[in-house]
Amino acid sequence: MRPSRQIQAWLLLLPALCLLMAFTHYPVIKTIVRSFFGFGTRWEAQASLENYRYLLEDDVLMQVLFNSFLYAAITVPVSIILAIAMALWVNSKMAGKGFLRTAYFTPTVLPMISVANIWLFFYSPEIGLLNKLLGLVGHSGVNWLGDPSFSLYSLMAMTIWKEAGFFMIFYLAALQTIDTNLYHAAAIENAGKWTIFKRITFPLLMPTTLFVMVNALLNAFKLVDHLFILTKGGPNNSSNLLLYYIFETAFSFFDTAYAAVLTVLLLIILVVLALLQFGVIEKRVHYR
Amino acid sequence: MNRLTRYVSVMLAWILGFIWLFPLIYAIWAAIHPPEFATRFSLFAPLTMENFYAAWDQAPFLRYMINTIAITLLILGGQLVLCTLAAYALARMEFFGRGFIFAMVLMQLMVVPEILIVENYQTLAGLNLIDTYWGVALPYFASAFGIFLLRQTFKTVPEDLENAAKIEGCSVLAIIWKVYVPLAKPTYLAFSLVSISYHWNNFLWPLVVTNTEKSRPLTVGMSIFGAPESGVDWSIISAGTLISVGPLLILFILFQRQFVQSFMQAGIK
Repeated sequence: MRPSRQIQAWLLLLPALCLLMAFTHYPVIKTIVRSFFGFGTRWEAQASLENYRYLLEDDVLMQVLFNSFLYAAITVPVSIILAIAMALWVNSKMAGKGFLRTAYFTPTVLPMISVANIWLFFYSPEIGLLNKLLGLVGHSGVNWLGDPSFSLYSLMAMTIWKEAGFFMIFYLAALQTIDTNLYHAAAIENAGKWTIFKRITFPLLMPTTLFVMVNALLNAFKLVDHLFILTKGGPNNSSNLLLYYIFETAFSFFDTAYAAVLTVLLLIILVVLALLQFGVIEKRVHYR
Repeated sequence: MNRLTRYVSVMLAWILGFIWLFPLIYAIWAAIHPPEFATRFSLFAPLTMENFYAAWDQAPFLRYMINTIAITLLILGGQLVLCTLAAYALARMEFFGRGFIFAMVLMQLMVVPEILIVENYQTLAGLNLIDTYWGVALPYFASAFGIFLLRQTFKTVPEDLENAAKIEGCSVLAIIWKVYVPLAKPTYLAFSLVSISYHWNNFLWPLVVTNTEKSRPLTVGMSIFGAPESGVDWSIISAGTLISVGPLLILFILFQRQFVQSFMQAGIK
């Protein structure tokens, strides 16, 4: 290896590396440092755990964390089940499957913010479509976004709608790699549809499921666009999620030190998920 | 029995398909009919373009759209250049610390710029880039995803081709441009479609970093436009929504196959 080649390699990497460090690594380090210095909006020279102590006393945070985990725990499995069903339908010999594939995939390319406006209309209390439908069966209607016991679930419904079609794509790709001889063999054995799914299709989709699951989990913590339109985290924080809470803390309450602590918390969650994914990737390779 | 379950299954598939398209269908319905039909369905409702005109007048959509297009293209351009150079170095050059650098790149797959909004805002404020296209675009230039995808593709290019180009006296940049880029075209298309749809729809970071319509993209504009306190009615919001998703939707319908395949390819890696 000639030294000039070394220099060349670094020159090629330089622009990307500089920007990567400026907007990923440097802010991570600065966030961690900031979380120990200063309290509220003040900046103090002495490092302290004051901000972290506040973390434990913050009732809103407990609510937000509970919401975030509940949000992930429901949207992830439901999206995955729907995605598998969609992929099976689109991969079958059903008439109109090309149309269905497009229909399922469309929400993926639409901006969350714009479609949230439409969903806002569906959910609105008096004239909203959902309450009109409930009215048809004689129900007096539900305040989908204004009632703390419904608001988070209303957000989840939109998230599932937005994401299921995206995950379908990965299952579709996986289904197309399954050896059809397995199905021929099952047909000879006279196996039922459900048995075939349970014994052949589902186990062979397992690596995809793990991959999709980790990505869905990451998204559950990263995607909060619809909160800005639908609920703004309310009422009374009943639908607030971690990243939105960070945004509020930093840009509405201007408490950058506490926002830093919250960001550290989010980073820890993402790192744990990342480690999980490395485990997952290993399993994937092992599986093949 | 078997037949029955098949009918039920087909029916469920179509019901789900209908639900999935419904918000879009509804938006079209509300946008092309007078406001009194926004909550009422009638086959004989008169058609109108009024809502589009009204939406167009109430928000500077043209400006937003120009901003969105400029930002999306700026990001894509920056990504294609930076990621190509970095991917080549990581795929085909041996240098001290390559594994470490690659690991540092991959870190960005987990820690996306969105979650570091507070610090990144301060960095850009320090650079005087708040409320500019560059401010929105810079954090996304060095895309770990792009570098990773291109590196995997470059690794499949036969080394003989590179050696032949070297014998011809090509420089490194010429080799990348004449050998690697043409052979990676499908990857570039896949990455471009994913990047365009991501940044056309991106919201949180542009919201933080833009203040005026000088640089505000469509998504941020829509969030102000649709706010209930602005007192706009549903038909006009629907028309505005359609205006904002229109270009991307048309792109999607035209390149449907490529879109689906791109997302698939990008996801499987």
